[in-house]
Amino acid sequence: MKQALKRFFDGDLWYSFSHSPVVILSAVITLLIILSAIFAPMIAPHNPFDLASIDIMDSNLPPAWNEFDGDMRFLLGTDDQGRDILSTILYGARISLLVGFASVAFSVVLGVGLGLISGYAGGRTDTFIMRIADVQLSFPAILIALLIDGVARGIFPRDLHDELAVYVLIFAIGISGWVQYARTVRGATMVEKGKEYVQAARVIGIRPGTILFRHILPNVTGPVLVIGTIHLALAIITEATLSFLGVGVPPTTPSLGTLIRIGNDYLFSGEWWISIFPGIALILLVLAVNLLGDWLRDALNPKLR
Amino acid sequence: MTLFKKSLLVAAAIGAIAMAAPSQAQTFKYAFQGDLGSLDPYSLNETFTLGFQGNFYDALTAYDENLKLIPALATSWENPEPNKWIFHLREGVKFHNGNPFTADDVIFSWKRAQTDGSDLRGRAGQIASMTKVDDYTIEATTSQPNAVLMQDLTFLYIMDKEWSEENNTLEATSPSDTNTNNYANLHENGTGPFMVVERQPDVKTKLVRFDGYWKDIKSNVKEIEFTPIKQAATRVAALISGEMDLVYPVPVQDWQRLDEAKGVAPLTGPEARTIFLGMDQERDELLYSNIKGKNPLKDQKVRAAFAHALNLDAIKQKIMRGASTSAGTLIAPQINGYNAEIAKPYTYDPKLSKQLLTEAGYPDGFEIGMDCPNDRYVNDEKTCQAVASMLAKVGIKVDLNAQPKAKYFAKILATGGFDTSFYLLGWTPGSIDAHNAILNLLHSVNKDAQQGMFNLGHYSNARVDELTGEIGKETDPAKRQAMIDEAFQIVKDEVGYLPLHQQPLSWGVRDGVSVVQRADNVLDFRNIVVPE
Amino acid sequence: MISFIVKRLLQSVMVMLTVAFVAFALFNYVGDPISNMVGQDTTFAEREQLREQLGLNDPFLVQFGRFVGNAVQGDFGLSYHHKQPVSNLIAERMPATLELSFISALISLLLGIPLGVYTALNRDSIMTKIIMTGSLIGVSLPTFLIGILMILLFGVVWRVLPTFGRGDVVMLGWWSTGLLTVTGLKSIIMPAFTLALFQMTLIMRLVRAEMLEVLRTDFIKFARARGLPRRSVNYRHALKNTLVPVITITGLQIGSIIAFAIITESVFQWPGMGLLFIQAISDVDIPIMAAYLVMIALFFVVINLIVDILYFLVDPRLRVDRVSGSH
Repeated sequence: MKQALKRFFDGDLWYSFSHSPVVILSAVITLLIILSAIFAPMIAPHNPFDLASIDIMDSNLPPAWNEFDGDMRFLLGTDDQGRDILSTILYGARISLLVGFASVAFSVVLGVGLGLISGYAGGRTDTFIMRIADVQLSFPAILIALLIDGVARGIFPRDLHDELAVYVLIFAIGISGWVQYARTVRGATMVEKGKEYVQAARVIGIRPGTILFRHILPNVTGPVLVIGTIHLALAIITEATLSFLGVGVPPTTPSLGTLIRIGNDYLFSGEWWISIFPGIALILLVLAVNLLGDWLRDALNPKLR
Repeated sequence: MTLFKKSLLVAAAIGAIAMAAPSQAQTFKYAFQGDLGSLDPYSLNETFTLGFQGNFYDALTAYDENLKLIPALATSWENPEPNKWIFHLREGVKFHNGNPFTADDVIFSWKRAQTDGSDLRGRAGQIASMTKVDDYTIEATTSQPNAVLMQDLTFLYIMDKEWSEENNTLEATSPSDTNTNNYANLHENGTGPFMVVERQPDVKTKLVRFDGYWKDIKSNVKEIEFTPIKQAATRVAALISGEMDLVYPVPVQDWQRLDEAKGVAPLTGPEARTIFLGMDQERDELLYSNIKGKNPLKDQKVRAAFAHALNLDAIKQKIMRGASTSAGTLIAPQINGYNAEIAKPYTYDPKLSKQLLTEAGYPDGFEIGMDCPNDRYVNDEKTCQAVASMLAKVGIKVDLNAQPKAKYFAKILATGGFDTSFYLLGWTPGSIDAHNAILNLLHSVNKDAQQGMFNLGHYSNARVDELTGEIGKETDPAKRQAMIDEAFQIVKDEVGYLPLHQQPLSWGVRDGVSVVQRADNVLDFRNIVVPE
Repeated sequence: MISFIVKRLLQSVMVMLTVAFVAFALFNYVGDPISNMVGQDTTFAEREQLREQLGLNDPFLVQFGRFVGNAVQGDFGLSYHHKQPVSNLIAERMPATLELSFISALISLLLGIPLGVYTALNRDSIMTKIIMTGSLIGVSLPTFLIGILMILLFGVVWRVLPTFGRGDVVMLGWWSTGLLTVTGLKSIIMPAFTLALFQMTLIMRLVRAEMLEVLRTDFIKFARARGLPRRSVNYRHALKNTLVPVITITGLQIGSIIAFAIITESVFQWPGMGLLFIQAISDVDIPIMAAYLVMIALFFVVINLIVDILYFLVDPRLRVDRVSGSH
């Protein structure tokens, strides 16, 4: 373990990381948001999901520093239901991140799995999977997610919708993203498959599963990680966009995107804090993740060094 | 103001004026959140569509600015026997193509409104038979006495028989396959003050003034351009930026912005629609609740506890920005039969509410699922959220299911099997009379007789049922009012419903433009005056 | 060659049928179309009658079969809401969407390629860092918020651009264009930019990456070694080699632009197919929804087919691979 750590800190990756202030800042911001989302119940001043604790009479209060109506209880003001904006952002980031990470994980598992199979098996299987991939790739993620969401809402009993909304979103966003992983992994697999060590492993009777996971998979983690990071940012934005189209999470347990959508109604009336603060949180998060992804791509691409 | 100064001001206000079409004076541009369903007057029985069509069609009667009944194509009418009516028609009226209006057109229209595709069969069906006495007199019979027949006829527009025959549009426009490309869907030939000259569904509808209109009207508008704009923010922006003379609805929270913006102002007033909450009082076990084996909402105390937990004033102040009128009954002041005494809201008293819940055997409250639309009424979803938070304070945990109206109505109405435990609904009696509300909302559900079809929680009281029939027939105003009062008082005492408020009408208008805001949210072009 | 194309065509038909099937299965769940087609007072007997007439009571497969049977003849039925043939409605709306997509693709190419080239050639300059980060901010905000903020700034505060719609249009035969009038051109600026932001970032990054790769290749090094002017090397050789994948990707992205136009169109009330679709969802206008989805699927299938055939013609290796693969 110690050895591994040492190798990491001596390695190129750490070098390029520690020498780029922008990347460090991005990492810090991402980490900060993730941590505060995880520990939201402990650090948030209020619990915005607890209906009994919010009071409509506190609604639409401006940030605390506003000299007229600012209320010290609500640092960043309150929304249209009297919920503390800061707390809703913390809780909202939780949901946005959950949807983001889980849908990426789903895409990765599906995409990598199918990519490995497709690349290794070749022939009819390969054609079949790649044909589906073509169709899927050319169909925009937003439409796929809309369709899936519609089907899910039809299939599941109505009183479960709210509880299931998040999982449906994860599935919908996740399933529309697997193709890129599959294509990348398939290409790499095909290359590796031709190499002598794999041929040798086959000859001595090692099972294909083992070959795939032990020998081929490690070679494709780099690109998968890069796509995954960018995809994470995209997934969070997609969730926000879907909430604009009315198929997001319920407003009683809002994500960052839902908060922005709700706040939209108050942009003209001057209650800017309802949408702008969640907006800033979203920009920070997505931008930081994107920058990390950028850096990771450049750092992992030996050709660009 | 000199011409120069005026143009300077306009230029300053609109910035690049070239972006609006070369705007002639007396062109009136406005936007609403949706489009009318069709130009065919019998294709959709919905207020916006019918209200819009009333600008190029006329009916036998009409509503004035205050929703009072006035003569239109009929100059007068008699009701010599309970089931017999005589209509005297206006002479000298011309359709847009120049054809004269006669009794044949009325009878044709009445028949066309009862064809298969028609959505106005309910209105037209009030009349059982019609016979022509002469060109300007008609005798009609009804199958039962009807106190509000003339109100029901205000939206039954008169089409031209010759024109309809020439263009082979003898049946109402319907999406069913029998009726492809109905001419009247995209064309009109009414007697109204404006003529449709361009129609692109959901994009743009253009109308010009009909010079041969039979009546002198206030309006000086020569041309009208209507654009549906779905997004509220875009709609409001179009008004402030000077591209529109009128937009509606405007979100209530944007009123202040319109007040502060130069050259525009909000125009508000009470709407005749009452928003209320309904509760399932029929099932032995609620569909959406953690209480099993019994239905807590059958207990009057629980319903009363709900009523006293709701802070209507907070909803009014915070959600509706002071623009609504808190309600204690299901009809609005504009509706015939309203009684201010009964309309007093239940008191807000969370302590009493808790006490009632304890007495009813739910000291810790219970959970209940609530259905709510999110694109139907003014701030509907926000209202439901506020209700959920208020009920949470007395221990009722509300699980809110807010969805677009298409899904919402599919779920809660009779077609969806009344699939709800607790819901929010709004109602405007189409006839502007209390009987419509009593029949649809208070009468016990009877699918065959089409009674209580919007009584989604199955409120039921034998005396109210009895009164409903009486009110429908009674023509003496004082006796009728007493029965209406009795019915609403019973419902109020039993807490059959939880009325919330009359929502505000919320329009945004350019300065200098004068319009009349009718309580049924209809824009009558006859009253639009723009600066010359 | 012929057999390859026939095979791909057959696959495409399967794809279309699948899309239509999934779309159709979905419609059972979007709401009750009838309650959106009649007023609140309409009796339930009348509602039932309408449902029967529309064939909504038929078994699913019967409805689906009828839809496919009519659709292959170009008949998508009557819109429930507009009571007009859906094909007419789509034909009316298509020019608006295509013009918007075209202009925004143009914007993203015209801005994305130069920016990509610049950031590739000046890898470490401050400007590059600013451009790279700035371009990310643009894609870190949901499109709808960008659109509304633009309306607020350019439409309401500064009042220089129209806030909604297409402005005046001119008819060229059946095609309505807003590109020939002043109001039309002004109207397209905000929606086109909003829609272009994402693609622009994508293209810029793609061009940059490809340029960086190409600049490293031997033939560029060789060209430089030969003493060819820098400008000529960069633009005549490097950029030229970069553009092939860029154009391919842009082609494939057109579909995505059209789909994302749904959001842009509904923010700016742009009267295109996306707006028609969104409106149809809230009206539960099944014929429009079905037709739109099938149209989009057709669009993609055709683009994919063209790309495949081009590749087939260009790259002989693929020929062997694909043909053997599909046996």
